[in-house]
Amino acid sequence: MDPVKITDYVGTGVIGVSWLMIALPLLGAAILLVLGRITNKWGHLLGVAMSLASFVVAVLGFVELLGLSEDARRQAVHLYEFIPGMVDMGLLIDPLSLSFALLITGVGSLIHIYSIGYMSHDPDRRRFFAYLNLFVAAMLLLVLSDNYVGLFIGWEGVGLASYLLIGFWQFKPSAAVAAKKAFIVNRVGDFGLLVGMFIIWTSFGTLAFGDLQGKVGEASSGTLTAIGLLLLLGACGKSAQLPLQSWLLDAMEGPTPVSALIHAATMVTAGVYLVVRSGAFFEASSTASLVVTIVGVATLLAGAIIGCAKDDIKKGLAGSTMSQIGYMMLGAGLGPAGYAFAIAHLIAHGFFKADMFLGAGSVMHAMNDEVDMRKYGGLRKLMPITFATFMVGYLAIIGFPFLSGFYTKDGIMETAMEHGQWMGWLAVLGAGITGFYMSRMIFMTFFGEKRWDKDAHPHESPSVMTVPLILLSLGSIGLGYYLISDNRFMKFLAPAVGLPERLPEFHLFSTTTVGLSSLALVALGAGFAWYKYGKSEVPVLAPRGSFLTVFARRDLYGDALNESLFMRPGQWLTRIAVFFDNRGVDGLVNGLAAAIGGTSGRMRRLQTGFARTYALSILFGAALLAGALLLVGNI
Amino acid sequence: MNGFEAPTIEYGQLAPLLLVFGAACIGVLVEAFAPRYLRKSIQVPLSLLSLIGAFALVIVQVARGGVPTTASAMGAVAVDGPSLFIWGVILVLSLGAVLMVNDDGHFVASAAAVPGSADEEEAETSGGAHTEVYPLVLFAVGGMLLFAASHDLLVMFVALEVMSLPLYLLCGLARRRRLLSQEASLKYFLLGAFSSAFFLYGMAMIYGYAGTVSLPGISQAMSTGSLMDPLLLLGFSLLGVGLLFKIGAAPFHAWKPDVYQGAPTPITALMASGTLVAAMGAVLRVFWVALGNLDWDWRPVMWVVAALTMIVGAILAITQTDIKRMLAYSSIAHAGFLLIGVMATFEAAEKNAASLSAILFYLLVYGFTTVGAFAVVTMVRDPGGEAGHLSRWAGLGKRSPLLAGVFAFFLLAFAGIPLTSGFFGKYAVFAAAVSSGTQTGDSMGAWMTGLVVVGVIASAIAAFFYVRVIVLMFFSEPAADGPTVVAPSMGTAVVIGVALLVTVGVGLFPQPALDIANQAASGLFIR
Repeated sequence: MDPVKITDYVGTGVIGVSWLMIALPLLGAAILLVLGRITNKWGHLLGVAMSLASFVVAVLGFVELLGLSEDARRQAVHLYEFIPGMVDMGLLIDPLSLSFALLITGVGSLIHIYSIGYMSHDPDRRRFFAYLNLFVAAMLLLVLSDNYVGLFIGWEGVGLASYLLIGFWQFKPSAAVAAKKAFIVNRVGDFGLLVGMFIIWTSFGTLAFGDLQGKVGEASSGTLTAIGLLLLLGACGKSAQLPLQSWLLDAMEGPTPVSALIHAATMVTAGVYLVVRSGAFFEASSTASLVVTIVGVATLLAGAIIGCAKDDIKKGLAGSTMSQIGYMMLGAGLGPAGYAFAIAHLIAHGFFKADMFLGAGSVMHAMNDEVDMRKYGGLRKLMPITFATFMVGYLAIIGFPFLSGFYTKDGIMETAMEHGQWMGWLAVLGAGITGFYMSRMIFMTFFGEKRWDKDAHPHESPSVMTVPLILLSLGSIGLGYYLISDNRFMKFLAPAVGLPERLPEFHLFSTTTVGLSSLALVALGAGFAWYKYGKSEVPVLAPRGSFLTVFARRDLYGDALNESLFMRPGQWLTRIAVFFDNRGVDGLVNGLAAAIGGTSGRMRRLQTGFARTYALSILFGAALLAGALLLVGNI
Repeated sequence: MNGFEAPTIEYGQLAPLLLVFGAACIGVLVEAFAPRYLRKSIQVPLSLLSLIGAFALVIVQVARGGVPTTASAMGAVAVDGPSLFIWGVILVLSLGAVLMVNDDGHFVASAAAVPGSADEEEAETSGGAHTEVYPLVLFAVGGMLLFAASHDLLVMFVALEVMSLPLYLLCGLARRRRLLSQEASLKYFLLGAFSSAFFLYGMAMIYGYAGTVSLPGISQAMSTGSLMDPLLLLGFSLLGVGLLFKIGAAPFHAWKPDVYQGAPTPITALMASGTLVAAMGAVLRVFWVALGNLDWDWRPVMWVVAALTMIVGAILAITQTDIKRMLAYSSIAHAGFLLIGVMATFEAAEKNAASLSAILFYLLVYGFTTVGAFAVVTMVRDPGGEAGHLSRWAGLGKRSPLLAGVFAFFLLAFAGIPLTSGFFGKYAVFAAAVSSGTQTGDSMGAWMTGLVVVGVIASAIAAFFYVRVIVLMFFSEPAADGPTVVAPSMGTAVVIGVALLVTVGVGLFPQPALDIANQAASGLFIR
């Protein structure tokens, strides 16, 4: 089944005012930023209220959408003409965009609430909430817009919010550098997206999803491949996929709720959204979709390997995020059969990863902001709620039977296996490594001996932090089963992304080769982690480690690679360019500038300040005008 | 002999005009009879209320759908869609200017006292003030309204003078740097009188050709008479000089920087926004209603004028060191951009509506941004008055980030950066020009595109000096004894706030404003 036609919304329901979803948090951000210190006392409450209100609108819109017949579930809400004759600003309300909207506002609201507690000691808490609201608004614009221009504005908006929030503690040089790095690496991806949009515009004459429907076949396959690859470049930047992955690990310099909301649950999945939303281009170009799967597989392995060696709990989770988005990207590259699993995994991941990030934040909150897992240990008794919720997230991510990740990740691996043995097996291998590094994290943090610093007095976090944890862990338990059983989510998404020809069968506990071997590998990985970090003592200072460990610790030499491949040559290039610029181009440009400036200087002398000179110039002008008119008029 | 017939006058249609002029007359009476201490408290509400009332009357007229299709007052005034739009814009902008006039410290205590004399000091210490400023502004505004709506050349000339004479006077009333102000006033008066003479002479010649001064009458005469008559061509070019002088097109622009710099800043704001809007309205009306048949003759000439205006404005602005002079040259460059739009208005009727609406839209957004920018200029002060020299603005972004940020935003709007209203203004005018050029397919098409290219190059040059001020404000170290930013009065704050709101709002949601401009332009001018 193909996606259904996008129709203009004519009803009078909530969908008609779905722009409120974007406007409310935007208003919140504006109020908090413009009014400034006056709002310090209640600013965080306003931020939470705006996010919650947006969630309510999303839920109401969702209910209304469910009431519509299946072939009417793609509604375009026209807002206004943005660039006359070129872009109409409007929102596209369909199952795909609303799934994202619910995730963003739902998980977003929980993280807003959590942040009240987490940021309670920060003098700039109000500014933090302003940025969070700004982020929510931009992210919603990204997923709700019915054209690439709106999507791009949201795309840049979340980039800005991410920059501001990574560098929120800008007094730390590392945070400032990380923010800059994220921004610059993302620029590369944005460039790809932008050029991709240019090609779409020149090839099809429109950037609206509705107008593009059914038109994709009109372009040549070379054009479609180019569009696909350029959009993928954009997706790689935002979703931290190879080769633009390097910024995500550094981005953990931001406050932990930011890592949970932006760098785990929502923004980094924007690339997956882009690929799925642009599915028609990828389905039409086998090269482009193959590259998507290759990027996905490479990243899911790279992220997992990086995760194995990190002692910083947040960086370990960041590696895991990279890896899980790799799975989603892999799913997104597999066509309609993979879309539903990719998005389902994305939503499930949004819950369990946010759960674990906030759990990590809770641990850090208790341990004087210590992030080194080698200085944790034995925390399960002192922080029972954090421990229990973290365990749920952990079991969900490694694919423990019947929890969320079990069903969603399994779906991606099965579909991948059908497409190609190599990608299927590599994905299964990735699951095994996941089992190892996540177990390692659990053992180092919650089990074993205390390896705390002297002045650490761990304690359970306040309920404003633990309640969101509990809610998120509930989602991590049942959501996967709910979405995947009876292909419920696949059918729900069908109007937006289409259905595969053959629906996959659902098993409560699948006994296929993929299912069993991945379980076995996960068990093996977890067992090995127990042997290394549970049974034996964890040294407080990291041992030198083997070549492989160092390789992983250095992010697979990603930064070194960037440095030697791009930064150094880039610096050389700039030096050479500066050299030539000074000698050659500058001669020209400066010459031109000097010419203009000189002209300006000379012409300025005409401005003598004498009224008689001015009058004379008017007289000359009049004479010229009259002469010219007489001349032209008598031709 | 039938005797003199009483003219029929459509008071309802002319009500906004009559209200403003009436209030101005009352203002004069107040000056004559009210005691000195009461005058300001009468004049301020009087002028504000009359402007608001006139604006309300315009709205009522539009809302009732009562846009007349024939000229009012025996064919003297045309209250058509463009007129009403321009009236609305002028009234709102002049309301902003009056709010700024209302601030203390802009106007001299006693204009007749010799600068630097004991008289001046005495007047200043006794706290005297010229409340005559208010009726003068109202007369100027009334003149602007009439100028844009006049349907025959005689009325247009009267309106031109009614608009200009108060402005000549107002220019000389600056409290600080009075010699500069008086010089500006005198220069403006001399050159204005000179250009009025051109206008009058041109009008006389056209009358000689057509036997009438009514705009459609001239058009009528041209459709039957010779188009190569030197009387017509000469008359038209002289008339053009008078009009182009008022919008400050090159080579008739020389007065602008001197006058803008010398005049009290609220008056500069009024001239840069209101006068430009009114004069553009008059230019459009003359060129479109009266001389539409002659477009093959004047278009090449106007091409050169438009290109020259943009280039001169943009290039000369680069070496300016005074903020008000820089904005004056910027205003010259923008007049050139507007002339591109005027060039585009002479194709098929529906094309006309499109490019006419583009110009109206441009006037709206440019007017608001201009008033806002000058309002910011009034707030940055040295001990000796406003900090005019650009070097004084260095590092302002560090000292008052909000004000510098707002000003930077206005500058970006002038430069036409997307997500500001200025972008859509330029886009609309350029797009109208290109489409009018390409769709007719005549030889003028390529020339129109060429003119747009010149416009884009001029915009690029102009962007340099706008951005340079931003760089200066945000990336230079502030001077140790830098200017102080005074707390804005209620009025100035409102002006800046509204201007910012329009600049941002139209930059994000251009549609409502475009719709209004489209609707105003849809009926074209009364012919």
